[in-house]
Amino acid sequence: MLKTKKWHPWVFVGPALLILTFFFVYPAVATIWRSFYGSGQELFGPNVRHVGLANWRYVFTNPTMTRALRNNALWVGVFTPVTVGLGLILAVLLDRVKYERVLKSIIFVPAAISYVGASIIWRFVYAYRPVGLSQIGVLNALVVALGGEPQGWLILRPWVNNLLLIAVGIWIWTGFSMVIFSAAYKNIPRDLLEASRIDGANEFQVFRRVTLPLLRPTAEVVGVTMVVQVLKVFDIVYVMTNGNYETEVVANRMYKEMFNFFNYGRASAIAVVLLLMLIPFMILNVRRLAGQGGVQ
Amino acid sequence: MNPVRLLPRMPLHVFLVVIAFLWFIPTLGLLITSFRTPGDIVSSGWWTTIPGLFQPGQFALDNYLRVLNQEGLGVAFRNSLFISVPATLISVIVASLASYAFACMGFPGRRLLLVLVVALMVVPLQMTFIPVLPIYRKLRLAGTYPGIWLAHTAYGLPLTTFLMYSFMSGIPKDLFDSASIDGAGPLKTFFRIVLPISVPALASVFIFQFLWIWNDMLVALVYVGATPRVAPITVAVANLVTNRGQNWELLTAAAFLTMILPLVVFFLLQRYFVRGILAGAVKG
Repeated sequence: MLKTKKWHPWVFVGPALLILTFFFVYPAVATIWRSFYGSGQELFGPNVRHVGLANWRYVFTNPTMTRALRNNALWVGVFTPVTVGLGLILAVLLDRVKYERVLKSIIFVPAAISYVGASIIWRFVYAYRPVGLSQIGVLNALVVALGGEPQGWLILRPWVNNLLLIAVGIWIWTGFSMVIFSAAYKNIPRDLLEASRIDGANEFQVFRRVTLPLLRPTAEVVGVTMVVQVLKVFDIVYVMTNGNYETEVVANRMYKEMFNFFNYGRASAIAVVLLLMLIPFMILNVRRLAGQGGVQ
Repeated sequence: MNPVRLLPRMPLHVFLVVIAFLWFIPTLGLLITSFRTPGDIVSSGWWTTIPGLFQPGQFALDNYLRVLNQEGLGVAFRNSLFISVPATLISVIVASLASYAFACMGFPGRRLLLVLVVALMVVPLQMTFIPVLPIYRKLRLAGTYPGIWLAHTAYGLPLTTFLMYSFMSGIPKDLFDSASIDGAGPLKTFFRIVLPISVPALASVFIFQFLWIWNDMLVALVYVGATPRVAPITVAVANLVTNRGQNWELLTAAAFLTMILPLVVFFLLQRYFVRGILAGAVKG
């Protein structure tokens, strides 16, 4: 450690601590407090009335909110296993082909672009025009070419449209997952895999018995990252459907309560729900990063 | 390659090629469509242009000129630059100062504060808007560049600080001993030793943070969304979707404009981007 005067470290961490206090610590406390008060665009004041648990009742009983909560669960349940599983499979398979680099770039590119850009890309893939007109969206063109009827995909509630929105998220995040798995996979000593092949294991057995257990810690990290991302999903839904046709999610609902209905009470309660859903993963992260030498 | 070896590997290649198509085709469709006339776009699928892709006369830049000039995306693009470059610089500076203290100095509460930084990486930004926005309005920071710079600095700070910290804590400690023998104070040690060694990490963090801010829509919607003079391109494009949802010639050109800078950064600096992702697999 550097030898310093007592006040030196505080000069260096000072700006960061001030900013974090103003943008995270104070707002977190204030938002929890505000969730027990009524509508309106003020944080406090004479017009802000205490309403007890009314906002909380709304959060867990209002049909739009319960729809949003169920949709968030659907996002987690579909998005997480697919991004983690597909990322893992791609990392292992691409290691065996000569065009690995090109393909990795193609799959990874969506990680660099904005949700807004990606959402428009996919809105266009899902574009719908009535029967008889030429289809300009790839999906409907395929359906028509196979003899089917064109569909307004984003209004097919509640399963098709939600799953198609989730597909956009998967398209964006699979490359991220693949890159992390790939780095971990290439760290496994080749001798280890070779030895089990010589022992007579086929490729599938090598994957199940050797690769998979070794990549387990990586899978946990990727899994947590994906859940954390997907619980906060906002942009895709905002741009593609704005939560209409039963595609509402929690973060989008919070935005609407705040900016469309000016109900800071409900918006606060929804924000706290989001935080509560994320706390288990916050604890996992702190344990992992602060536990094993990450924070000394 | 000999066919006997190739054959059992066919399913592997087929699977990978299908995946590659799934990932590539949607973007290609967007790119091609953005150069077609509105009439062409609705009368035939973009894929019908592929056989004659290199014949002149099929494509034009009209859509781009229109979104840049008439739909205000030129201004929004410039705003995005005015937002992301300074905001990235400020957050990297604040984060490296803090991580320097965390990694290289001992002080009471250091461990606890580090745990707080890690915990904050996961906190949803929604937990912060409602108390901060009224203060922003009172201080007239809402709808201004300094306002959004500060917000982005704050929201990126947990991750950037942690990334810089994990790099700096790996710097050999005997370097500091020689520095203190030379009589260098903490500020001098920071600029002479720590900062130069940290350049690779700084590059990763800088690129990561820049892309994050460039691509952000939520923070911009909240703090400058109502001020088109300042609002970035993501917000402008989202508004375009609301107002001209079926004008594909405009939407595709606009979407590609939001993507062009990230794509350049990605292809030129992929190495640093990957390194940032590997180091910060926990980003919140």
